[in-house]
Amino acid sequence: MSVAEVLTAYDIESVRRDFPILNRAARGKRLVYLDNAATTQKPQAVIDRIVRYYSQENSNVHRGVHYLSEIATIEFENARGVVQRFLNARDVKEIVFTRGTTEAINLVAQSWGRTNVREGDEILITAIEHHSNIVPWQMLCAEKGAKLLVAPVNDAGEVMIEKLERMLNPRVKLVAINHASNALGTINPIKRIISAAHANGSIVLVDGAQGVPHMRVDVQDLGADFYAFSGHKVYGPTGVGVLYGRQALLEEMPPWQGGGDMILSVSYEKTTYNALPYKFEAGTPNIEGVVALAAALEYVDGIGLDAISAYEHDLLLYATKRMLEIDGLRIIGTAAEKAAVISFVLEGVHPHDIGTILDQEGVAVRTGHHCAQPLMMRFNVPATGRASFGLYNTREEADALVAALHKVIEVFR
Amino acid sequence: MSDLRELYQQVILDHNKNPRNFREMEDATSRVDGYNPLCGDHYTVFLKTDGDTIAEVSFTGSGCAISKASASVMSSTVKGKSKEEAEHLFDTFHRLVTGDASGLSASDLGRLAAFSGVSEFPARVKCATLAWHTLRSALEGRDEKVSTE
Repeated sequence: MSVAEVLTAYDIESVRRDFPILNRAARGKRLVYLDNAATTQKPQAVIDRIVRYYSQENSNVHRGVHYLSEIATIEFENARGVVQRFLNARDVKEIVFTRGTTEAINLVAQSWGRTNVREGDEILITAIEHHSNIVPWQMLCAEKGAKLLVAPVNDAGEVMIEKLERMLNPRVKLVAINHASNALGTINPIKRIISAAHANGSIVLVDGAQGVPHMRVDVQDLGADFYAFSGHKVYGPTGVGVLYGRQALLEEMPPWQGGGDMILSVSYEKTTYNALPYKFEAGTPNIEGVVALAAALEYVDGIGLDAISAYEHDLLLYATKRMLEIDGLRIIGTAAEKAAVISFVLEGVHPHDIGTILDQEGVAVRTGHHCAQPLMMRFNVPATGRASFGLYNTREEADALVAALHKVIEVFR
Repeated sequence: MSDLRELYQQVILDHNKNPRNFREMEDATSRVDGYNPLCGDHYTVFLKTDGDTIAEVSFTGSGCAISKASASVMSSTVKGKSKEEAEHLFDTFHRLVTGDASGLSASDLGRLAAFSGVSEFPARVKCATLAWHTLRSALEGRDEKVSTE
């Protein structure tokens, strides 16, 4: 299908009907939810899945001999299979459930990092990382006497790839980079970066929190060693996320949390750890979250990530064009490859004031530093407003955002 | 729109655009940084005291209209007041912006009254009180960073 055909076939009315919250009002106005990079709304299928779990299936997994425990365990492990196929991982053993992207990154820093990073080693990140892909590495570097290198971005908010490649040297043990930037929307050419890092002998972790909701991800094709994402940013529940890790790496890594489910046998003298992926899943997991995450991924798959990408890209272009018609509005982050995220500043008005006024119009955007303070400094802004679009947003909603921005100007004129 | 006009009263818009006492003070007796990590508002408050009297207050930094106007109005309101009077003004202001204004008269409030609309916007209370918290810390002689979180 051509892009035009994909866009024509995209049944936005039907998609919107799947999300009950989109019908509600906010401040007496129709809700225009443009804060999808913070968290997405949930389709009925996900809500129903949580209800079904607690009405029909609730039990602990991997433990009981009884009927419900068997059902819960089957559903839980089926969900792992859904994630494996969604990412095109080679094996279900490579899918570890976590609380979210942040925990997945911390798992790698604490387990792989503390084992493999030594004094004098280097970890390479970029200037458009979320705090969750900065701080765990800083903590590791401080503990080990290693050094954190930061690949710069250009004025468009694109990682300067040639510079990044020149920073690769034998001391760089790990490259940690996002698939798409939450603050600017920039999509990174991670396949190229991964291949350069591998040629250098470095391991690569991809923060996919903003990748998975917007584009098809194939971890084998990308060659990623680790890929992390959060359920709630891809129309699933909060409190659940995924760490994909290449089996050979995961096998060699020590557990990072001890407890139930991650052991084969325990005595006071010696504990034998469980096999993958359970070695990394200590304690009762977020079972409801895991099964509902699978429902979310199946929902997204039902629409099709290629269709979602094309639809959101069309929306991004439209909203960008409309916003640039506003006098004094500047978009921060003008990369050639972008997810549907628009970070902006309005001359003479602080983003926080913009946020309050938009909110009065029912328009939800994020304002602030987007957990990327060093990036804000790079662009010499204290904060930005950020409109981030999802699979259910419309051109009319982009128009509502623009109308609300004119209200801001009216108040501050 | 009416709630917005309540929040962004003319006094606030004016002080935001032309903040009073917006400068560094070289002979300050204390200076304290105030920071709101939620929205990135960041101010430095400079204080010069003469015994128990606040001789002068100035500030630098950046932030939203509410926080900047509040710092500006604060700096001119407390000038010439005793430390105790300044504390009392902060209490009055705090009650106003958190919606507990019962018993406060127009003469208690003076120029602070422009911030009455803030109480309808709970998310903005921290913006309005940032400079005041920072001043209090300076008055207590604590040369440390103040955070609203």
